[in-house]
Amino acid sequence: MSSNSLVSISDISRDEILDLLDRARYFEENPNSKILDGRVVATLFFEPSTRTRLSFETAVNRLGGRVIGFSDANSTSTSKGETLKDTIKMVANYVDLIVMRHYLEGAARYATEVTDVPIINAGDGANQHPSQTMLDLYSIYKTQGTLNDLTITMVGDLKYGRTVHSLLMAMQYFNPTFNFIASKELQMPEEYKQFCREKGIRFTESADFSEEVINSSDIIYMTRVQRERFTDIMEYERVKNLYTLHNSMLDNSKPTLKILHPLPRVNEIDRDVDDNPKAYYFEQARNGLFARQAIITRALGIDPRK
Amino acid sequence: MSNDKKELAVAALRNGTVIDRIPSSALFQAVRLLGLEKSNCHVTIGNNLRSEKLGTKGIIKIADTEFPETVLNRIAIIAPCAVVNTIRDFEVVEKRPVRLPDTISGIVKCDNPKCISNNEPMKTKFEVIEHDPVVIRCHYCNHTVAGKDAQIL
Repeated sequence: MSSNSLVSISDISRDEILDLLDRARYFEENPNSKILDGRVVATLFFEPSTRTRLSFETAVNRLGGRVIGFSDANSTSTSKGETLKDTIKMVANYVDLIVMRHYLEGAARYATEVTDVPIINAGDGANQHPSQTMLDLYSIYKTQGTLNDLTITMVGDLKYGRTVHSLLMAMQYFNPTFNFIASKELQMPEEYKQFCREKGIRFTESADFSEEVINSSDIIYMTRVQRERFTDIMEYERVKNLYTLHNSMLDNSKPTLKILHPLPRVNEIDRDVDDNPKAYYFEQARNGLFARQAIITRALGIDPRK
Repeated sequence: MSNDKKELAVAALRNGTVIDRIPSSALFQAVRLLGLEKSNCHVTIGNNLRSEKLGTKGIIKIADTEFPETVLNRIAIIAPCAVVNTIRDFEVVEKRPVRLPDTISGIVKCDNPKCISNNEPMKTKFEVIEHDPVVIRCHYCNHTVAGKDAQIL
């Protein structure tokens, strides 16, 4: 098992998070180099995710490394019944680093136990997706100039949304205030609210996406409300538009407010917000490249700043 | 006379192990956890006995057998208050509560069907995050489950 692996954001300390953000900042200024010259990285996508895979592969290519891998498990020995352990041990013979996405939860953690090659978790089912969290943190850091003392409003599906859960865990070190805005069916789970209480993190909870909440926010983190999450379809029809952000709702918001969304969006952010300078979701996705360059170099024990 | 009958129900052991204060609902799980279904030893199992602390309780007596501590501590997942008595020559030579380990390997099945541990030939692993009442968390998928609801493999 390699200590440079990144399976969950909760595996790394405050200092390591800050180090990754500083690396990301460096890569934003210097996106292209040859520091991965001679290195081979595997991207093993047992479940398709075009956006995440392209982002990781671009990150490696821009640093001069080579990529091998697959984008769909149907074309691999997994479809012949090979165990994950055997696939990982086989690939580990060829590469310096494995980036993996898997539909089963805990797959990346298990992979770290069967090989010494570092593993980066690019999503394991509904469980963890730490590179998304790092790009969210970098987006917040970049737009606000700090991670400390911010008011972050999370809106939409707070029950199943792994991005909001991981962001909440990662922000524990930075004295945040959270507003959790969701319908009754999709509220923030009790375990995360308990986590906030234990860590002394302030939070409010409401079903009402009010102007007051919007105007107090430094960051609004929107998420997609998915129809299939509802047991009662009438409830979905009732709430689906309650959590849509329109440009007019931002009239009295803070000048420094930024709107984040992990994408893809459906209708939770109206298209009329896109041209507002407070809309940040497309740049946010671009930051994923730098955050992933930071994670990859950390995993390989390479410091680009030296 | 009535006292005699009571004693008969839980006859004394010359040598062996008595596990007391098992919640009635967990008794047969405890029997399984210790592998007693396949044991050839003289085993006495009592259940729904009166208990001041638990209301009703179960008790297991295993003659001529002493278990390693790690085996006995498995019971703590489902019966955190259980007490183990070691008997030698009719005397209780040791009496101690079971102690829940920090990690539990290969005993509990994760209840998340999408967990890697339910889809790959591998050992399960749980971390104990609360001791009273017991709550354990899957090392792989992070799902939590109460000790009393844990599915024993």
